[in-house]
Amino acid sequence: MNRRNFLGLGVGAGAAAALAACGSSGPSGGSSSGGSSGGGGAASYWSLSGPPGEPVRQAAIDRFNKANPDSKITPTFFQNDAYKQKIKTSLGANQGPTMIWGWGGGGLKEYVDSNLVEDLTGWLGENAAVKDKILASSFGAATVNGKIYALPVETVQPIVLFYNKKVFEKVGVQPPQSWGEIMALVPKFNAAKIAPFSLGGQSRWTNMMWLEFLLDRTAGSEVFDRVFAGEKDAWSDPAVLDMLTKIQDLVKANGFQKGFSSTTADSNADQALLYTGKAAMMLHGSWSYGIQVSNGGNFVKDGGLGWMNFPAVEGGKGDPSNTVGNPGQYLSISSKATAEAKDVAKKFFSTTLVDDDEKAGWVKSGGVPVLKNSESLFTGGDAQFLKDMAGIANGAKVFAQSWDQALSPTAAETLLDNIAKLFQLQVSPQQWVDSMNGVIGK
Amino acid sequence: MTAAAQRVRGGNVAWMALPAFLMFLAFGVVPLLGVLALSFTTWNGIGEIVPSGTTSWRATLSDPGLPHALWVTFLIMALSWAVQTPMSILIGVFIAGRKRYREFLAVLFFIPLLLSSAAIAITYKSLLDPSFGLGSGLGIDALNQDWLGNATLAMATLIFIVSWQFIPFHSLIYQGAVRQIPTSMYEAAQIDGAGRWKQFWSITLPQLKYTIITSSTLMVVGSLTFFDLIYVLTAGGPGDATRALALLMYQQGFQANLMGPASAIAVILVLVGLVLSLVLRRLGGRADESQLEGA
Repeated sequence: MNRRNFLGLGVGAGAAAALAACGSSGPSGGSSSGGSSGGGGAASYWSLSGPPGEPVRQAAIDRFNKANPDSKITPTFFQNDAYKQKIKTSLGANQGPTMIWGWGGGGLKEYVDSNLVEDLTGWLGENAAVKDKILASSFGAATVNGKIYALPVETVQPIVLFYNKKVFEKVGVQPPQSWGEIMALVPKFNAAKIAPFSLGGQSRWTNMMWLEFLLDRTAGSEVFDRVFAGEKDAWSDPAVLDMLTKIQDLVKANGFQKGFSSTTADSNADQALLYTGKAAMMLHGSWSYGIQVSNGGNFVKDGGLGWMNFPAVEGGKGDPSNTVGNPGQYLSISSKATAEAKDVAKKFFSTTLVDDDEKAGWVKSGGVPVLKNSESLFTGGDAQFLKDMAGIANGAKVFAQSWDQALSPTAAETLLDNIAKLFQLQVSPQQWVDSMNGVIGK
Repeated sequence: MTAAAQRVRGGNVAWMALPAFLMFLAFGVVPLLGVLALSFTTWNGIGEIVPSGTTSWRATLSDPGLPHALWVTFLIMALSWAVQTPMSILIGVFIAGRKRYREFLAVLFFIPLLLSSAAIAITYKSLLDPSFGLGSGLGIDALNQDWLGNATLAMATLIFIVSWQFIPFHSLIYQGAVRQIPTSMYEAAQIDGAGRWKQFWSITLPQLKYTIITSSTLMVVGSLTFFDLIYVLTAGGPGDATRALALLMYQQGFQANLMGPASAIAVILVLVGLVLSLVLRRLGGRADESQLEGA
């Protein structure tokens, strides 16, 4: 064989190796965690990386593995956006994990429609003690067509209005108690060269939180329920037009920081605006508290951060106790997993995930657990925040799931796209309603 | 040419192209056929792939987002070509000169070429942030514009960053081409009394004809596939102001879980690219025509 032929072979082999490498796109951390190959009493678990969640998740798995030496769970953690891609691709290729972490709602329904997850209704019926330990309101987003396909885990995360107390003091104003007061505060903060609200507009779901609360406060939760149920022209409610007009009024009054539509929430730039005092208020999920604590220096410790439920709208029909957010996080069992792996997962569900250490771990991370009776654990510097969050979550007449999680990914994308255009003043409220009516039920 | 060299040119060339051809087949042609097949199906990315005839195509072609994305794509293409080409030629001609300081400057010009698009995008995004960027950091109000949040400004900013990234590459091509122009042509022009300006227009520019076509083809076809830079900078926003075809495809496929329409957009993207590069090749005329008339 001469040299040239040899080189050609080398390149060919390289190409073959590259091809082979593309075939096995399994998880990076686990060893044998393919859902379909996880036999022998081993189960795999995929979830999100990073604090505050990852250490608590890892601790739960360590506890389980220690108590059950012959049935190991292998965890793999991914970043938020990477996980959303990864889990979809691997489930489609039958390479998914035994336990699938998710947000419930429309995403879970898509798994159910493709027969990818186990129906847990019967199992929870037999293990009523497990079900009893979890807040009943968390099961809504785990239920598809009357059947439960996921176990609510981790924390309840309502969306609340955060504000910077120091900035309010400096400008000499009080936190708003109504929509009218919000609009009255806007010019005062602008005059003081402080953005009234911080908004990570490029992430789009951040803008959506405004629509969720404003629609609920003006019309109650029924309007979105009709959209969710797939009723024809459900967005054509006068309250929707009213709500959309209010939002555009706020945008036109410079209610959000300059350049809000290019600010991303993933980089926590919106959070930074609040603790640096460049913005006075921010509507965001309760997880923001942890970010303000860890990124804001002494901001929270010095009592700079305030929080409240979204205020009422004058003349609105909605109950001001209502809230929106994540009623929990959700763990499903892959229907493609082996019987042994499924048993390991169920044992994990019925023991470790509902034990006292799990509850204490999530409280310590700054969250309100989905497990009942956690109030006695709220102590130390975060106690007031945790008490208030539990109060909002438990006191809410309706705890609605975030729209983009409740809807199917297809409908959610159209929703987010139109919301971005609404904030950009690119579409009128009527155009918004027309294009959203077009995707109802899709 | 020796007999051995002749043999290499003839028989062995096809064999040497085999590895490249296999790679192209595996990673170019096969996925392309797969995408074509997918465009006639309905698939959410995780469930079953259901053949659905022209449903996806009809949905894609009736979506007002498609003409808008095509317009944005062509706008980015045209503007970035119009900015990059004259700049690249001028810089290329300048650094082709064999003086020490020019070679030093040439090294500096090439620095953007060493950076990945994602890194460039993240850096510019931070620098241009109205709250925490360069403008507010240095206290210069003129720099404190809504660079990426205003539809017109966002497009202009995007063109600027694209140009900043790719001008060095095209300058490098022009530098090489200018150095290949026979010096005898310039000597003849000097004897005829032509000044530097006249020499540039009458010799350098016509001699660069094929290089301009090559570089333009790279720019035009390359601008079809801009994704990383736009995705990190604006994610297609504000609203849909910078949502080019590649971003529309990603949004449909991986965010809305509509793999059928996303595949249809991908096919359109490939067709547009093929047509454009064919047209540009035609513009180049015959490859064997002489470029040395009058030399």
